[in-house]
Amino acid sequence: MASGIKDKVAIIGMGCSKFGERWNNNAEDLMIEAYVEALEDAGIEKSQIEAAWLGTAIEEEHVGKSAVPLSMALRLPNIPVTRVENYCASGSEAFRGAVYAVASGACDIALALGVEKLKDTGYGGLPQRNRGSVNDLFWANASAPGSFAQLASAYSAKHGVSKEDMKRAMAHISVKSHDNGSKNPKAHLRNKINEEKVMNAPMIAEPLGLFDCCGVSDGSACAIVTTPEIAKSLGKKDLITVKALQLSASNGTEAQHNSWDGSYFVTTRAAANRAYKEAGITKPRDQVSMFEVHDCFSITELVTMEDLFISEEGDAVNDVMNGFYDADGKVPCQIDGGLKCFGHPIGASGLRMIYEMYLQMQGRAGERQRKEEPVVGMTHNLGGFPHQNVCSITIVGKEGA
Amino acid sequence: MEVGILAYGGYIPQSRLQRSEIAKAHSWFNPGLNGLAKGERAMANWDEDSVTMAVEAARDCLADSDRGDVSAVYMASTSFPFMDRQNAGIVADALNLSSSLQTLDFASSQRAGSAGLSTALQVAKGGSGPILFTTAEKRQTKAASPLEFTSGDGAAAFLVGQGKVIARLIGSHTEAVDFVDHFRGEGEAYDYNWEERWIRDEGYLKIVPSAISALLSETGVKAEDITTFCFPVAARGVAAMLAKKLGLPESAVADNLQATCGETGTAHSMVMLAHAIENSKPGDKILVASFGQGSDALLFEVTEEINSLSPRKGVSGHLARRYAETNYGKFLAFHNLINLERGIRAETDKKTGLTTLYRNKGMTQAMIGGQCSQCGTAQFPKSNMCVNENCGAIGTQEDYPFAERLSKVNSFTADRLTYSPDPPAYYGMIQFEEGGRLMSDFTDISPETDIQVGMPMRMMFRIKDYDDKRGFRRYFWKAAPADASNKGE
Repeated sequence: MASGIKDKVAIIGMGCSKFGERWNNNAEDLMIEAYVEALEDAGIEKSQIEAAWLGTAIEEEHVGKSAVPLSMALRLPNIPVTRVENYCASGSEAFRGAVYAVASGACDIALALGVEKLKDTGYGGLPQRNRGSVNDLFWANASAPGSFAQLASAYSAKHGVSKEDMKRAMAHISVKSHDNGSKNPKAHLRNKINEEKVMNAPMIAEPLGLFDCCGVSDGSACAIVTTPEIAKSLGKKDLITVKALQLSASNGTEAQHNSWDGSYFVTTRAAANRAYKEAGITKPRDQVSMFEVHDCFSITELVTMEDLFISEEGDAVNDVMNGFYDADGKVPCQIDGGLKCFGHPIGASGLRMIYEMYLQMQGRAGERQRKEEPVVGMTHNLGGFPHQNVCSITIVGKEGA
Repeated sequence: MEVGILAYGGYIPQSRLQRSEIAKAHSWFNPGLNGLAKGERAMANWDEDSVTMAVEAARDCLADSDRGDVSAVYMASTSFPFMDRQNAGIVADALNLSSSLQTLDFASSQRAGSAGLSTALQVAKGGSGPILFTTAEKRQTKAASPLEFTSGDGAAAFLVGQGKVIARLIGSHTEAVDFVDHFRGEGEAYDYNWEERWIRDEGYLKIVPSAISALLSETGVKAEDITTFCFPVAARGVAAMLAKKLGLPESAVADNLQATCGETGTAHSMVMLAHAIENSKPGDKILVASFGQGSDALLFEVTEEINSLSPRKGVSGHLARRYAETNYGKFLAFHNLINLERGIRAETDKKTGLTTLYRNKGMTQAMIGGQCSQCGTAQFPKSNMCVNENCGAIGTQEDYPFAERLSKVNSFTADRLTYSPDPPAYYGMIQFEEGGRLMSDFTDISPETDIQVGMPMRMMFRIKDYDDKRGFRRYFWKAAPADASNKGE
């Protein structure tokens, strides 16, 4: 029986670039920005990094293929560097690679870096692109918002929630993330909005309006990990350790088999169950102190909070409207602004979420710091479409928690 | 053995452009166009062409006929999507017919439709199995041209052969005359037309009567015994003038559908024939004549079998499936008649690997999925491992066609972000009643459609993507709202 990852690896340094429309920076500049912060935070030398992972998704829009762009940008001394891509979970996959390398004993210190440069397309939103030569023959002409929007129609039909109540709850989610983002100097979108503005915004993909969609941004985030023993030997105290790393990929059931009703994420439920088990969490609603979930769209966040077993199925609308997930609520969700406002440079997002956990748990989150330092936090990425996707879940927390 | 029509089908796109809207845009330039500003014309959706319309008419025609019996597929059009790739072959493929089949295209004349039917009847007389004849037209017309007003898009299909014919062929006659009233030269998109009065006086009223007179004299049928006279020309009153000249009963002159559909080019004599058959009774004699570098005249007698033919939409049913389109700008955009700013998202390369397409032809063109012979689960696309989590058997997939099966909407959206020639792009998860599902593009969502979870849908063969760079287009099936007349397989 596998013992899991719990407390085998500690994070000793993290960095995150400013997210946003970085018109005047190449991806390499963003990588260096995140790396320099992480390296300084870790207090180590570059030569101590023994392996590195690069997470990026739409590489054809910026750095191109392979791990070479990371190795060249950081002038890494010919160490093993691997590039990973797994839709929006790419950043988390880089982290998983580095953490597993350390846990296995293959190396002492490893680096994970995610980056995406999406603002060179000439238009807003994710790049319109081909999906593979066979898929292009039969896949629907679907965008990301159009795919996730369908959660709303299926969820409303299943739980008997009116279109208006759904739209209002979704609006609350976005307003909350804008409030949070306004307090984050690194966030892409820092303006506050109100529910009326969300409700009356132009339609992108019914029922998702402009403010139901996250920002598409340029940015990079970086983590340096090692074993708790080495961390301590480096003088680190009050360690933040990895409690669980889980991934779940669709196998075609949702897309091709009539057992899925379209109102939830099969993969999120599978990954969450395994993650709680790996981390030894039995009452997630009480035990997890903060969440950074994949709020690519407001509806995704709403549905996800049920799939992570925090809200009862069919009850997320109530929790959202009652402020349960607000920054000052019982369990804050996207206290850094989330994908919605921190922004969503795909390959960087998973690591950006961990960055916020890391800051909050060390009391370093500035204006948005929770009064009571979070002890255990969960990050969640959902890449692809509700009907075929990868879900990655990471739980980090204070050592011993 | 008698030869004739075994079954018929029709198809008219649901969108009907109001001619008054065309006139509003152009009468400043040519006030004479106001005289054409009455009624409506059928307007193909952006994802329809003559091939997709022919497929729809053929599906209507084949309703519950055994597709395995079909020995040939012919298609007639002057607006084929492919100049060198057999268009009838695409139709046959979409209908999931066997490859042991003769396929043939008829083109280059407004008489191609009637000539195709005439040829099919002659071949069938020789004793082949039933022949599926289809004809469709999506005529490209210049903005502000009279043809833009009088044309319409549509299709007809006939299954012809021996046996239980619903309309027996009494006879046919062709006059071939190189009378050039209009032409479209190599590489040209639009017709070049000569004066209407000359065409009427020297063309319609001289060439057509010689064909019909010869036919009546060869068959010994008296002009006054004709029940229905189908003459497809849009010009007002010509059919009545011909009837008068030939001694056909005034009441026999069939509606040329100008008010409700427009002239569907080379398909129109056949659309009118299908329309005439669906309104006929046993014993009726239907005369159909065409015009285009001569004239074909065909004479049919409706038999008792018409009463046993299974119900179908036909031309009338499709005419009833309509909504009034009042946006002429959309028509201009669909036909590339204006230089529309489509945005950078429209630049995505839609190249199709021909190897990829051929390898997946059954999936894309015939919508064949798989069914597990072990657990019975249906899935799309077919793959070599069953999708049922409790089964997962390998190598048990048998061909399972989805095209004729009904489905229901599970989830949906209207997407304004993704590039579509007709935004918003509607799509969603559809679930087939007997199993299987697909995240599918929707088509023919009219302003009157109120999409709901659970709404019934049927598949339609449509253009998936245009590859403008290479002049290619790929086809696939899309879900469209089903109505009460749609039955599942």
